[in-house]
Amino acid sequence: MTTLPTHTEKKLGLVIDLDTCVGCHACVVSCKGWNTENYGAPLSDQDAYGANPSGTFLNRVHSYEVQPEAGPAQLIHFPKSCLHCDDAPCVTVCPTGASYKRVEDGIVLVNEADCIGCGLCAWACPYGARELDQQEGVMKKCTLCVDRIYNENLPEEDRQPACVRTCPAGARHFGDLGDENSDVSKLVAERGGVDLMPEQGTKPVNKYLPPRLKDDYTNTGDIDILAPLLEPVAPDAKGILGWLDKALEKL
Amino acid sequence: MGFNQPVVDTSPKVSDEVRKTTCYMCACRCGINVHMKEGKVAYIEGNKDHPVNQGVLCAKGSAGIMQVNAPSRLRAPMKRVGERGSGEFEEITWEEAYDIAVSKLKPIRDEDPSKLAFFTGRDQSQSFTSLWAQGFGTPNYAAHGGFCSVNMAAAGIYTMGGAFWEFGQPDWDHTKMLMIFGVAEDHDSNPIKMGLGKIKARGAKVVGVNPIRSGYNAVADEWVGITPGTDGLFILSMLHCLIKAGKIDLDYLSQFTNAPVLLDETDGSAEEGLFLKDKDGKALVIDRNTGKLAPFDGKGVYPDLAGTHRKAGVTHRTVFHHMIERYMSEEYAPEAVAERCGISAKRIRKLAAELADVAFNQAIELDRPWTDFRGKKHDKMVGRPVSFHSMRGISAHANGFQTCRALHVLQIMLGSVETPGGMRFKPPYPKPATAHPKPHCKVTPGAALDGPHLGFTHGPDDLCLREDGTAARIDKAFTWENPMSSHGMMHMVISNAHAGDPYKIDTLFMYMANMSWNSSMNTSGVIEMLTDKDEDGNYVIPNIIYSDAYSSEMVAYSDLILPDTTYLERHDCISLLDRPICEADAVADAIRWPVVEPDRDVKGFQSALCDLGARLGLPGFVNEDGSQKYEDYADYITNHIRRPGVGPLAGWRVGEDGLQGGRGDVNEAQLDAYIENGGFWMEHVPEDAAYYKPFNMGYQDWAVKMGFFDAVQPYIFQLYVEPMRKFQLAAEGHGERQPPEHLRERIKHTLDPLPIWYSNEPENLADQYPVTALTQRPMAMYHSWGSQNAWLRQIHGHNPLYVPTKIWEENSFEEGDWAKVVSPHGEIVVPVAHMAALNDNTVWTWNAIGKRKGAWALEENAPETTKGFLLNHLIHELLPANGDGMRWANSDPITGQAAWFDLKVRIEKSDVAGQTLPDFAPQKSPVGKGPKDLAWKLGK
Repeated sequence: MTTLPTHTEKKLGLVIDLDTCVGCHACVVSCKGWNTENYGAPLSDQDAYGANPSGTFLNRVHSYEVQPEAGPAQLIHFPKSCLHCDDAPCVTVCPTGASYKRVEDGIVLVNEADCIGCGLCAWACPYGARELDQQEGVMKKCTLCVDRIYNENLPEEDRQPACVRTCPAGARHFGDLGDENSDVSKLVAERGGVDLMPEQGTKPVNKYLPPRLKDDYTNTGDIDILAPLLEPVAPDAKGILGWLDKALEKL
Repeated sequence: MGFNQPVVDTSPKVSDEVRKTTCYMCACRCGINVHMKEGKVAYIEGNKDHPVNQGVLCAKGSAGIMQVNAPSRLRAPMKRVGERGSGEFEEITWEEAYDIAVSKLKPIRDEDPSKLAFFTGRDQSQSFTSLWAQGFGTPNYAAHGGFCSVNMAAAGIYTMGGAFWEFGQPDWDHTKMLMIFGVAEDHDSNPIKMGLGKIKARGAKVVGVNPIRSGYNAVADEWVGITPGTDGLFILSMLHCLIKAGKIDLDYLSQFTNAPVLLDETDGSAEEGLFLKDKDGKALVIDRNTGKLAPFDGKGVYPDLAGTHRKAGVTHRTVFHHMIERYMSEEYAPEAVAERCGISAKRIRKLAAELADVAFNQAIELDRPWTDFRGKKHDKMVGRPVSFHSMRGISAHANGFQTCRALHVLQIMLGSVETPGGMRFKPPYPKPATAHPKPHCKVTPGAALDGPHLGFTHGPDDLCLREDGTAARIDKAFTWENPMSSHGMMHMVISNAHAGDPYKIDTLFMYMANMSWNSSMNTSGVIEMLTDKDEDGNYVIPNIIYSDAYSSEMVAYSDLILPDTTYLERHDCISLLDRPICEADAVADAIRWPVVEPDRDVKGFQSALCDLGARLGLPGFVNEDGSQKYEDYADYITNHIRRPGVGPLAGWRVGEDGLQGGRGDVNEAQLDAYIENGGFWMEHVPEDAAYYKPFNMGYQDWAVKMGFFDAVQPYIFQLYVEPMRKFQLAAEGHGERQPPEHLRERIKHTLDPLPIWYSNEPENLADQYPVTALTQRPMAMYHSWGSQNAWLRQIHGHNPLYVPTKIWEENSFEEGDWAKVVSPHGEIVVPVAHMAALNDNTVWTWNAIGKRKGAWALEENAPETTKGFLLNHLIHELLPANGDGMRWANSDPITGQAAWFDLKVRIEKSDVAGQTLPDFAPQKSPVGKGPKDLAWKLGK
């Protein structure tokens, strides 16, 4: 089995805003594009134009309907990729050392040269965040675009994961969650960011910002709070004209 | 194993070169960086400098690499060798293709150009294709607006000189409340997502009005799950509340709208309901300063909303008087409309009150002095920070025009159009209907048409009728059936051509429009029309020429195929003459250029039109000596002159002091300048011209300088649309040009110059078919194009019919069930899925996922063909027969917009399952099938 570092210098990760994610899959496809062309083997697709197309994706968006106690049902879009856990069970379960967590930034990676495609890591991951590439026979996972975020061939502003750079709604944020003064840490504090399935004890680095309260009229029960604003100025059309004359005088 | 951290190359080479062009994975036209390796496309990302997307890119855009390499790409010109629909083709040379096309088109042009119907689908080059059609001389030209969103566009232009999307956008930087109506998940794609992200981060409120709570409506802070087709009633009810409470912007209405314009109230006269005008034709108001009649735009005039003018025993009152009378009526009270709209009266009042609160209690002021067209100086810009956005959801109903009008009127009554925090136009808009052309239809054998095909009618004189009163156009646009059909009616072309009504045509020439599949109502019927033969065994529609880049369903129904390129292999201009990419703060246009050369014998359709135009000798396409004028589309883009100093592209034109934006002479190196700049040109709107554009002389002067107009043309918003009244007057018996008897009552009723609402349910037999069936376009797919994309089809490979809880339980549906869905016109069998966040009487599915077997180079058992489906089979281009002996069009009576969203159905559990029905015989693929597996990588 493979050991985890006792400490990482940074905890790089994603903060994903479930209040703003519109479920457009931009992050999914941008990730597919970058990681097909870059780190390790391409993300292959089987039966690409056939009956059961199925390929490797490092990031997927799921949608769930939620029925709150009061008010209408809601639809939540939920993007999911590797959460780069502090206690990553996918690393400790790896029989070859191919899976590892980097000391300098906490990114969990797979060294494809050492991966035997046994799939233990995918089994150990409670989030289902790893996918075995069917063509290459190696385990693929989010690299947090390790080949972008330090890449000196990219302009500095582009040194962020492809999914973050492309997200149209600005629902994805990248940074050091180990630094409480980082923008992402502040955002998590401000918006009450949460761990995904904390009971699993994996200590995920990625955080999710919960959706804000929606359909608030159903919660407060007070739908009439602004009613005085609609107080009629006159009972009928004729009366309105009388009011109008006075109102125009004041302009 | 112990801890063993390998060395990772964190700075790999990204690409050999980045080529910047414009996306075409949908109509949004974002800027993209195409990373090249070894001369091939390696990776596509958004262009950070681009005004539309500022670096972000949606799923479709990022999947472009799978489009430019799609196995469904056509490879060479083809002529049909089997029966229509079979998919049997033979590849031919371009010369042979042109010879065939000329052999059909030349005789038509010489004898009767109207025998050609040229319709160009989702064309982004309409200012070019329309020029070609005009040169040919046929009146039968349009693009796809008639089956898309003409109601929104035309209602916007008639009311205020523009609508949403390409015309205008919420003031994302200042708005405090955004209401979206019927917005699916596109149009415009990335800018709306960016805007939503921006305003939500700021804590502004988003209200989503839509029967379906997905996408943008899913992230909205409040969802209004309205009954489809009742948006107009809901809007007018909010307007009722606002007027009654005096929560309307009187100062703005007085100065910048026709609310104070006096209407002629001479009972029964031919002028009743028209504006009182002075001898120069200027609409008259009462000036509050003098109490006297004055032209609306007179220097120093302050128009009186409450003005009246008594003459010859008749009191003429203002538009505003009429509006108050109408909208104060109890028929618009929340209590009166609540049940119909599916929104409680309390909630309607609450939403109206919120609009009032934000507009008037949270008003904003920018310290920017400006001068209006009456010469009045304003020391600040006052804003009502409520904004709206809407597209197809409220447009695609037979009451869509009036509903869109109602929405525009609501915005104006709140004083929020073109003010800070409200809705802002994008240059070259605003542009009132009067500044647009009128439609033209005069046909002369062997010569050009007398003017542009499409435009805005201002009364019966502008209709496109022949001397005998019948329609001049094959689609019957601009006739009494739909007098203001500004975008034409592409959805009627095939059925009218098949019926020979109003006349027979010889050749149907189409581009980028999948008319034998997802772009037609009544798909099965259209397939029959395309293949129908007369007694002599000839096709009823004799010739069909089609251009597409891909092996779409329509290819199989065509006789001659002109293969287009993919979007990365071609030149294009996203022109100010057309549908530009401007933002509220900037004027911009853009190009596409071949970032890769085609590896097939294909040609950009517009370049093919340059060749064909020259071979046919069309004016504008040949030089004086008869030689070809434009070598290809790039040549046209660079060298065409539309008006003095104005060409397809506004950037880097030659001026007296060097290169300049806006007006100028031809610059032979213009395309290079665009490429150098990342594929686009942009200039910012001056700060003092940023708001109040229609009335702001700072903006007007700048617009003339940039070449949008040749002279300043300030105008006021048209709450009351006088041209509609002119059609009504004709229906009341006034004037020479008279509507047919059977249309009189409908015209009187529906062409009301002030917004009304009417139900479309009786015509659609809602008593027997009580459920509305809708489609939405997914964010990760655009019409048909996504299905051939190996990545996108893994996201949306099939489309269940989503069913609300009430109907789900009534039918005891379970997961995995299939249903039979029946409309007055037909039935389909489809898989169902439960969705709770959905209006109780609405079912819906994703648009255009379903495919015909054999098309798009997919395997015949692809899920798109087995579990995907179209609702189109249930929708007829005509309404069900109602016993009056006539078949009325299933479209808006004002604009002719296809009323897709009026579809009413019944639904029940199906015994058969596993294959969606109808199931058509496979087409033979002219391009074979795609590879089994993909592992796409250029680098090592």
